[in-house]
Amino acid sequence: MASSSFRTDYNRVAGLGSAREGAGHWWAQRLTAIALIPLSIAFVFLFGSTLGEGREAAIETFGHPLAALTAILFIAVGFSHLQLGLRIVIEDYVHGRKLAFTLLILNVLLCWGLAAVGVFSVARIAFGYAG
Amino acid sequence: MVELALPKNSRIRTGKTWPKPSAEAENLREFRIYRWDPDTGDNPRIDTYFVDQDDCGPMVLDALIKIKNECDPTLTFRRSCREGICGSCSMNVDGGNTLACIKGMADIKGRIRIYPLPHLPVVKDLVPDLTHFYAQHASVMPWLETKTNEPQGEWKQSTGDRRKLDGLYECVMCACCSASCPSYWWNSDRYLGPAALLHAYRWLIDSRDESTGERLDDLEDPFKLYRCHTILNCAQTCPKGLNPAKAIAEIKKMMVERKF
Repeated sequence: MASSSFRTDYNRVAGLGSAREGAGHWWAQRLTAIALIPLSIAFVFLFGSTLGEGREAAIETFGHPLAALTAILFIAVGFSHLQLGLRIVIEDYVHGRKLAFTLLILNVLLCWGLAAVGVFSVARIAFGYAG
Repeated sequence: MVELALPKNSRIRTGKTWPKPSAEAENLREFRIYRWDPDTGDNPRIDTYFVDQDDCGPMVLDALIKIKNECDPTLTFRRSCREGICGSCSMNVDGGNTLACIKGMADIKGRIRIYPLPHLPVVKDLVPDLTHFYAQHASVMPWLETKTNEPQGEWKQSTGDRRKLDGLYECVMCACCSASCPSYWWNSDRYLGPAALLHAYRWLIDSRDESTGERLDDLEDPFKLYRCHTILNCAQTCPKGLNPAKAIAEIKKMMVERKF
């Protein structure tokens, strides 16, 4: 490609070399995807059963250990999968280095933060929040 | 971010309509062809040509050669073997990347639109700059790497191992696949693209090669390899009927296989 930088074509392709990672991300994305198939079905069923039933009914439903576990796993695995997926979207489409790094950092912090809020909320119900 | 509109100097304008070959010609085919000349500084344009199909070979390349010989000698394109083995005449015909020499005009309805391969710098008219594409191919070490000194002669492989190379060795490096891949459009500076990765896999599964680990090390990268999101444009467009997406999936499987 025409350029005034005097770098060779091979040098341009080699760049900073291989990151020697990516397989872990790929594996984790598939693993969380598989886990989300039963988890999301179960969560939609649970959540749907509380719709229109009021606050007490919702607390009672998610107070059950199995329901709480399902909800916690769904939230944790779901946000983990979201974080992995959004990273791909940012890498694909955001080409400004500063903006890309900012978004990659925000992605991790927001996904972990929101997952923590969700998990804590369900745990609080499950462990007998009555207020 | 991704640029959705073409820059001003790349917007395509309506070009010249060239005269029809003769008044008697009954089987005329209309061609709309992308033209751009780096020496004029003008915007690219679409010129219109007419070819008498009764006086021309059946392939799109036959028509292009006829236009160049008899109508407009300035029309620029690459071609060599005219039988689908050299990979020179790759271009975007009727909305899909293919080799003009093995694309029959009868397979296309109505007027035939021809553009250079998309998302590559244009040298002139239908000729794209493939420098970076070739350098990416070179970067996957497309040759046999051995560490054992013997034999000094021919290295043999079983017929079963040889069969694993079928569907891979046929690639003629025409760049139709890479130029059809959205991931390659957005990140070709770092993503190797379907063609280079198909070649990488061809050497990864060669039973005689002794650098499989190093090859996988070099490929394990979020950009070099993992930009492939199995969009499958590569497999759909390959004029040789190959499946680069499957080769890439096999590389990803090898990456996981060596972890556990």
